[in-house]
Amino acid sequence: MAPNAQPIDWFPLWLSLRVAALATLLVLILGTFTAFILSHKEFRGKNLLDSLITLPLVLPPTVLGYYLLVVLGRSSPLGHFYESVIGHPLVFTWQAAVIAAFLHSAPIYIKAARAVFEGVDYRYEWAAFSLGASEWRTFWKVTLPLARRGLISLATLAFARSLGDFGVTIMVAGNIPGRTQTLSVAIYDAVESGNGQLARLLVLIMSVAALLLLWCASSVTSSGTLLASYRGLFRKYRAASVSGA
Amino acid sequence: MINARLIKRFSPGRESAAFELNIYLEAPAGITVLFGPSGAGKSLTLNCIAGFAKPDEGRVLVNDEIYFDAASGVDIPPQRRRCGYIFQDHALFPHMTVRENLLFAATVADHTHLSGLQRRRRVNELLENFQLSDLAARKPAQLSGGQKQRAALARTLVADPRILLLDEPARGLDRPLREAFYQVLKDTRQRLKVPILLVTHDVEECLELADFICLIADGRILQCGARNQVLERPASVDAARTLGIFNILPAEITALDPGRNHSKLKVFDQLIEGPYLPGHLLGDHGFICFRESEAFVTQNSPKASSNQIELRLLAAEPSSRGMRLRLQHDVSVTISATDYQSIRGQTHVKIEIPASAVWFVPR
Repeated sequence: MAPNAQPIDWFPLWLSLRVAALATLLVLILGTFTAFILSHKEFRGKNLLDSLITLPLVLPPTVLGYYLLVVLGRSSPLGHFYESVIGHPLVFTWQAAVIAAFLHSAPIYIKAARAVFEGVDYRYEWAAFSLGASEWRTFWKVTLPLARRGLISLATLAFARSLGDFGVTIMVAGNIPGRTQTLSVAIYDAVESGNGQLARLLVLIMSVAALLLLWCASSVTSSGTLLASYRGLFRKYRAASVSGA
Repeated sequence: MINARLIKRFSPGRESAAFELNIYLEAPAGITVLFGPSGAGKSLTLNCIAGFAKPDEGRVLVNDEIYFDAASGVDIPPQRRRCGYIFQDHALFPHMTVRENLLFAATVADHTHLSGLQRRRRVNELLENFQLSDLAARKPAQLSGGQKQRAALARTLVADPRILLLDEPARGLDRPLREAFYQVLKDTRQRLKVPILLVTHDVEECLELADFICLIADGRILQCGARNQVLERPASVDAARTLGIFNILPAEITALDPGRNHSKLKVFDQLIEGPYLPGHLLGDHGFICFRESEAFVTQNSPKASSNQIELRLLAAEPSSRGMRLRLQHDVSVTISATDYQSIRGQTHVKIEIPASAVWFVPR
């Protein structure tokens, strides 16, 4: 490191980790629930819900960010409610970055977790039902433990993805150094301001962190790849069509 | 007593043809074997009774309690039907030990109102009964096929089921394990006195276990009745074919004598004597059925005995009980290896069918 370099500001890294951790927690709770409903229940508008969940994957971050600003902004009912409860507006705070990161990682998590749940052999659940177990107990004692490996692996991926959000974050949380500047935003900032050295360092940190997380995720699942959970999905469909005849 | 009238239709899908299950089934205490080829609707029947599939029409009664009635909209959830269901691959929870599997069943069976201590006692009792005490701490993956089978049965019995449903329980077990499992199942039948519905397409299993047999093919019941009734007196040529233990030959009734309990049937220009055939008329065309095990090959003796048919010998294959001769018209008989020596080289063999083994089904 050159002697004239400024001391490195580690705040963006810690903020990113905190934001990603909270977003992952949200994804784990809401995403797992949604994925289970999608995989086990038939209801009207299921395809519409599925499309809505997929939408953030295909929309540009600017569009998503715009929507979030509209929905969570100070003049919106939701933003107004948040402000009256918490005491400060939601947008352009690190909490808004959590929501941005959540939106970035939830779609992929839900889609893959649905496949994981569908890959759990329905006979285990049927066996539990026929013994007299309620759906709730079956979910906690049978389905969830059997899906656990897959879900943990997916949570790791969700964490990695939350860490990497840029577009939505900068739209709704802004780029306030020391307050809302996450790692990916800090990289953008460093490049913009011509601080190539800092940019290189942050890019390196980001890459190593992402690689480590992916490695963790793949060593959690025995079969190693995300594709394996999709294979489970096809197996289940085949089994269902055989037993239907 | 299970009493089920089930109608369920499937419209043709991309990979499946249209299918309709339409059956009426009664199963008293004891083992009722649902026998038929794969895709006949056997497993679907079990699922309808257990509440995992919903019939379009019909009703399901178990011990006079309504589980399902399409007309009045009653549909008791599977949790409250108390059906002990043994799935094809046991479905023991892989993340629990054998004891935990049984304890889970004891805990969720809320109709038993047992305290924690009583539950553990009941689990221990069953573990002991099924010789699983030493294996109680193992996970299902560490068990052999036969042990898994016993554990699955023990787990369903913890919940004190009203009926037992078994979907090809012995599939994948080798012969000694099969026999052992049959014994366990027979003991269970003695002890439990509940209706047991067992699905199989293995005729040996059917012969071994059945008190009652329901022949089912293509979504319909071909014949339902006491074991010997179905095994000796098939109701139709389809029933005889489904069971797969009969030789079937076209025949015409040429004489009927109820007084002497006697009949004559013409089979390929040869006359075969049989018992009186109630419900049929002189000149009726149909088929005679006789079991492979009841026909035998006669030596080329000069004395012409009756009830013989001469058939061309197509092939001879060694089987578990000697040599199995495949004859013309899809007839096969099994003879001992020494008997085979005496007819070796012949192009035609005469088989004799005892009059008592002859059964006639209409076309």
